[in-house]
Amino acid sequence: MDNAQLLISGLANGCVYGLIALGFVLIYKATEAVNFAQGDFMMLGAFVTIGLTNTEYMGLPFWMALPISLGIMGALGYLLDRLIIRRLFGESQTAVVILTIALGFVIRFAAGLIWGHEPQTLQNPLAGKEVRFGGLVLGMEDVAVIVVTILLTWGLYVFFSRTKLGLAMQGASQNQLAAYYMGIPVKRVQGFIWALAGVVAGIAGILFAAKGSVDPTTGLLGIKAFAAAVIGGFGSLPGALAGGLIVGVIEPFASRYIAAGYSQIAPYALLLAVLIFRPNGLFSQVRVKKV
Amino acid sequence: MRIVFKTNYMQDIRPWKDAYQLCLYLILLAVVAAAPWWLDDFYLGELTNVLIWAIAGLGLMILTGHTGQVSLGHATFLAFGCYANVILLEAGVPFLIAFPLAGILTGLAGVTVAIPALRLHGIYLAIFTMALSILMDDVIVLAEPITGGVAGKYLGGVEIFGFLVDRWGTPVQFFWLVLGVAVLVTLGYINLLRAPLGRSFIAVRDSEVSAQAMGVDIARTKMISFALSCAVSGWAGALMGMFSGAFNNETFSVLISIQLLMMIVIGGLGSIHGAFLGAIVIGFLPQFLSISKEYVGAVFGGNTVAIPGLEFGIFGMILIAFILFEPMGLYGRWLKIRTWFELFPFYRKDMFKRQKSYLKTERLR
Repeated sequence: MDNAQLLISGLANGCVYGLIALGFVLIYKATEAVNFAQGDFMMLGAFVTIGLTNTEYMGLPFWMALPISLGIMGALGYLLDRLIIRRLFGESQTAVVILTIALGFVIRFAAGLIWGHEPQTLQNPLAGKEVRFGGLVLGMEDVAVIVVTILLTWGLYVFFSRTKLGLAMQGASQNQLAAYYMGIPVKRVQGFIWALAGVVAGIAGILFAAKGSVDPTTGLLGIKAFAAAVIGGFGSLPGALAGGLIVGVIEPFASRYIAAGYSQIAPYALLLAVLIFRPNGLFSQVRVKKV
Repeated sequence: MRIVFKTNYMQDIRPWKDAYQLCLYLILLAVVAAAPWWLDDFYLGELTNVLIWAIAGLGLMILTGHTGQVSLGHATFLAFGCYANVILLEAGVPFLIAFPLAGILTGLAGVTVAIPALRLHGIYLAIFTMALSILMDDVIVLAEPITGGVAGKYLGGVEIFGFLVDRWGTPVQFFWLVLGVAVLVTLGYINLLRAPLGRSFIAVRDSEVSAQAMGVDIARTKMISFALSCAVSGWAGALMGMFSGAFNNETFSVLISIQLLMMIVIGGLGSIHGAFLGAIVIGFLPQFLSISKEYVGAVFGGNTVAIPGLEFGIFGMILIAFILFEPMGLYGRWLKIRTWFELFPFYRKDMFKRQKSYLKTERLR
């Protein structure tokens, strides 16, 4: 029974990692760049919602604040692409990596200035409620996290594989020039995907803030989400979720069954092992290296 | 504009262009070596710090700037060099043997890391090294009997030929030690770049496929690049340890790795000057911020409250500005200004423009 409880809480944590990893994968899928600031985006999303909902700030009702904060995050993502990332069109991946790391610093700094460095929690209608399920006690937030993550991953997967826009995004990432020739508005597609990643980060932030407390350094959690994305192969949406779940489940079990001190290195050790033995992730998408 | 008239093939691979350039650098070296006479102890310490960062930057520049392998984990090797140096010194090995040995050991550690890393490209390598840097923190704690764990280790002065060299006791001697290491590393770097090995590094950076077609053994080249880069980083780490005097698992965190990479980007990737220019920015930014904060406080009324995270915030903004407006870094800007003067009035805006490459992927889905 203990193990089942650990498994559930690990799954809930893993879903948050999976959501951040989903943000990485979205941007990677459409632009082949990696947004190292995705974790900080999540933190920002959490703080925006806290700023709208919590009584000490604006005190809006939760269900009203939700769409507003997701809208703000989407707009931020779009503006980021429009004002900064788009100028790097045609530069190397490394430039985007360094740029987003720097952006992470700036976001952390700004969040610290606006909301302070104290850990804060989101006041939400789900707090404190419990679900009893065959002897297991689940926090309502945990259930919400798992349900929302699965729905979101499924929705995005369908979006990418079925809709015209999703296919256009894949085309734009596989060969920008050819995509232009086929009439895909590559730049607009890129702006849209950054907005989408902003919204996903916002959702992750809200769920995270409902589960526990956030402070400006929470964004460093993004590094664990890297492990998730890498395990999933960095180009596959279900892979990102699976990676997130693996990392999330490994953590509580490692801290329970492995000596203290060794447990927190488990996700990173796993990351290194995956990179060494399966350099393209467990759900690899690269078959042949072409010139 | 000076025109170098070449009469000999050796002139093409000489480390300096002409006597004039050589003279300039010798004068610069003399001025810096004489720093103890024109700087007070505080600024001498700052200058020493800048030089140590520059050595670390040179280390990363070999790997990232000239071989094109992005590493977000060089603090790992700084830490390795630092601890290797201290542990050897504590075992009674004289400094003049312990210090080079620390670098060599770090280079060997770099090779062991390079073997799995050879299969990784671009972003995957960056993430791999970043994870390594995070793990190093925990590894130092776990290896407490050797490394002192969270409590850390302390290092006083060392003795070289009977002279005491200590950061606090004899800052002048310590400065000269650091300067000596910096000069030796730089000379080695210049020589590397004009040798076949350095050329093959650049070939690998520019295109692995064409490097392979020209007969460059890519795996071997990357491995040597890792080894050299880590050895230099190890020396820088050893000097950092001597500079701070006390260190533990948090001294060489992943933030140091990131800062190091950003430093060489600001300075200018792929140039020796870039490492030094970046180190100057990193070294003097905190001082500059505190001075300008006092100034702002004096002008707008006494608001001199410490803002946490300000340094990294400003740093991030500077970096974003550089990537957007001057991807070649400070050294690139200097080259442009110099060319403008040399070619006056024929300088054109697009002279340094690089060709854009549009994205193509190997992914199938």
